[in-house]
Amino acid sequence: MSALDQARSIVEPTPFSRRLAAVVILVYALVSSIPLAWIVATSFKTPSDAIAYPPKLVFTPSLEGYVNLFTARTRQTPEYLASLPPPETWYEELVRKRNMVITGPSRFAGRYANSLIIGFGSTFFAVFLGTLAAYAFSRFRIPLKEDLLFFILSTRMFPPIAVAIPVYLMYRQLGLTDTQLGMIILYTAVNLSLSVWLLKGFIDEIPKEYEEAAMVDGYSRLQAFRKVVLPQAAAGIAATAIFCLIFAWNEYAFALLLTSGLAQTAPPFIPNIIGEGGLDWPAVAAGTTLFLLPVMIFTIILRRHLLRGITFGALRR
Amino acid sequence: MAWLFVAPTLFLLLAINIFPLLWNIYLSFTNYKANAPNRPLRWLGLRNYERLLSNEDIWASMQVTARFVFWSILLQVVLGFALAWLLNRRFRGHGFWTTVIVVPMMLSPAVVGVFWTYLFQPQAGIFNYIVNFFYDFGDFTMIGDPDLAMWAIVLVDTWMWTPFVMLICLAGLRAIPEYLYEAAEVDGASSWRQFWTITVPLVLPFLMLAVLFRGIENFKMFDMVVELTSGGPGSATELASIYLKREAFEKWRTGFSAALAVVLFVTVFGVANIYVKLLNRVKER
Repeated sequence: MSALDQARSIVEPTPFSRRLAAVVILVYALVSSIPLAWIVATSFKTPSDAIAYPPKLVFTPSLEGYVNLFTARTRQTPEYLASLPPPETWYEELVRKRNMVITGPSRFAGRYANSLIIGFGSTFFAVFLGTLAAYAFSRFRIPLKEDLLFFILSTRMFPPIAVAIPVYLMYRQLGLTDTQLGMIILYTAVNLSLSVWLLKGFIDEIPKEYEEAAMVDGYSRLQAFRKVVLPQAAAGIAATAIFCLIFAWNEYAFALLLTSGLAQTAPPFIPNIIGEGGLDWPAVAAGTTLFLLPVMIFTIILRRHLLRGITFGALRR
Repeated sequence: MAWLFVAPTLFLLLAINIFPLLWNIYLSFTNYKANAPNRPLRWLGLRNYERLLSNEDIWASMQVTARFVFWSILLQVVLGFALAWLLNRRFRGHGFWTTVIVVPMMLSPAVVGVFWTYLFQPQAGIFNYIVNFFYDFGDFTMIGDPDLAMWAIVLVDTWMWTPFVMLICLAGLRAIPEYLYEAAEVDGASSWRQFWTITVPLVLPFLMLAVLFRGIENFKMFDMVVELTSGGPGSATELASIYLKREAFEKWRTGFSAALAVVLFVTVFGVANIYVKLLNRVKER
C-alpha cells in the first residue's frame, strides 16, 4: 500500500461523518418541505378544517377547494334549493350541501390560460432572439463585445418597479396596457439577458471546428448555424427555455401594475380568491397547488442545469 | 452579418429598458402626475432629489431594506454553506435530497408570500403551532406584530433562497482539488486548520458571488413581501420598492417616484460595481 493511497483514505469522509451529514440534510429537507406539503394538504380540506385549531393533520379529503376555485357560487335559501331539480354532477352536489348553487365558471381558468399564453409566448421570443444574439457573441468579432454583454446583463439590475413607471406610461400611449401582447413583449425583454448569457455559455462549448468543417464542405454560415450548431445546442436551448418560462410564470410586479383584467396572469389573481367571510383558504391552496406543480416538475427536469441557470451561466456544474 | 443577429435583441432592450430609463430620468426633474396627464408640466430641476434626500420616510424604508438584506443574507450564507458542506460528504442519495431542498427557490415569490400568510396565522397556522409545540410562547402573530414582521419576511426569504447559496457553495467545494487536502494531511494539519486555510478561502469567491446575486435581488425585493405583509404593520416591513410603488401607483407622485427610482438604481449599480471589483481581487489572490 503506497503512502498516497493511505492519504486519500484519510481525506475521504469517514462513514460516521457521512451518516451524520445524511441525517442533518434529511432533517432539513423534511422541515423545509413542510410548508409546501401543508399547502397541498390544505387544498384537499374543507373550509372549516382549514381554519381548525389545533391544525388538523388527519382529515377527510374533499375536493371543495378545487370546486370553489373553478366556480362562482351564490348562497340560496333552503326552500329555493329544495325547489330545484336534483343536482346532476358531483360538484353541484358538493356545492348544494353548503346551501349554494353554481352560477358559472370563476375567472381562475382564464388567468391560468393567460399565464400559459404569456409564458410560452415570451419564452419563444426570448429564446429565439437570444439564440441569434448568443451565437453572434460567441462566434463573431463584435466591437465592444464585453461592454454590450455587460449592458445586456445590467438590464436585469433595474428594480422592476423603477422600470414599471415609464413602461406603464409608454404602454398607456401605445394601447398595450392589459394586453397579452404587451406582457409578451415586456417579459421577452426581461428574459433576454438571461437567455443571451445562458445560451452564449452553451454555444461556447460547441467546438468551432464543426461549423468550419461544414463551411468547407460548402455550407453557408446560416446553413452551418441551422444544421450544425442548433442541433448541438438543443439541450442548452431547452434548459434556457425552461428558465425563461419559469421566470415569466412566476413574475408578479409587472403583472400587478400593468394588467387588471383581460391579460392578468395567475400570481396577482391567486391572493384575491375570496370566499364568504375572508379568503377561501382551500381554494387559495388549490390554486397555489395547480400553479406551483408545473414549476416543481420542471425543477426536477432542470436539476443538472440549475446552477448555471440561477447564476446566468457564471457557474457551470 | 453579426449585427443582423444581435440587432433585434439590442433593439428590444433599448425600447423596453433604456428608453424607459431615460424617460424616467427626464420625469424625475418634473412634477408629472400619471393620473393627471393633462396638467401643465413644470420643470423642477433637482427639487425632487432635494425633497427625497430630506424625506424621513425614505430613510426609514432604506433602513428597513438594509436590515432585511443584511439578516436574510447572513442567515442564507451560514445555512447555505453548512448544507453544502454536509452535502459534499456525498452520502448515498445526496442528489435526490439536493433536488428536494432546491424546490422553494424556483417558486413564484408572490405565491410563496400568499401561502405563508396562511402558515403564519395565529390560530390555524401551522408555524405558530409548531413553534408553540416546542416552547409555549402563547399567542403571537408573526406578520401582525411590528417587532416580528421583519423576522417573518427574513424567515420566508431564508426558506426560499438558502438552497441558492447552497448550490453555489457546493460548486465551490467541488472545485477544490483533493491534493490540497492530501498535502495538508501529510503536513499534519488538523481538520480545523484545513477548513480555515483551504476550504474557506477557496469557497470565498463563490460565496461572494452568491451574496452579490442575493444582495441585488433582495435590495429590489417586492413581490414576496407585498403579498406577505404588504409593508406592514404600519411601515415595519416597508422596503424601498414597496415605498416606491405606493408613491408611484397609489399617491401618483410620478415625478417624485421617478427620482426615487433613479436613486435606487444608482445605488444598486454603484454598490454592485464596487463589489464586483472586490470579488475579482479575491479571485486573483
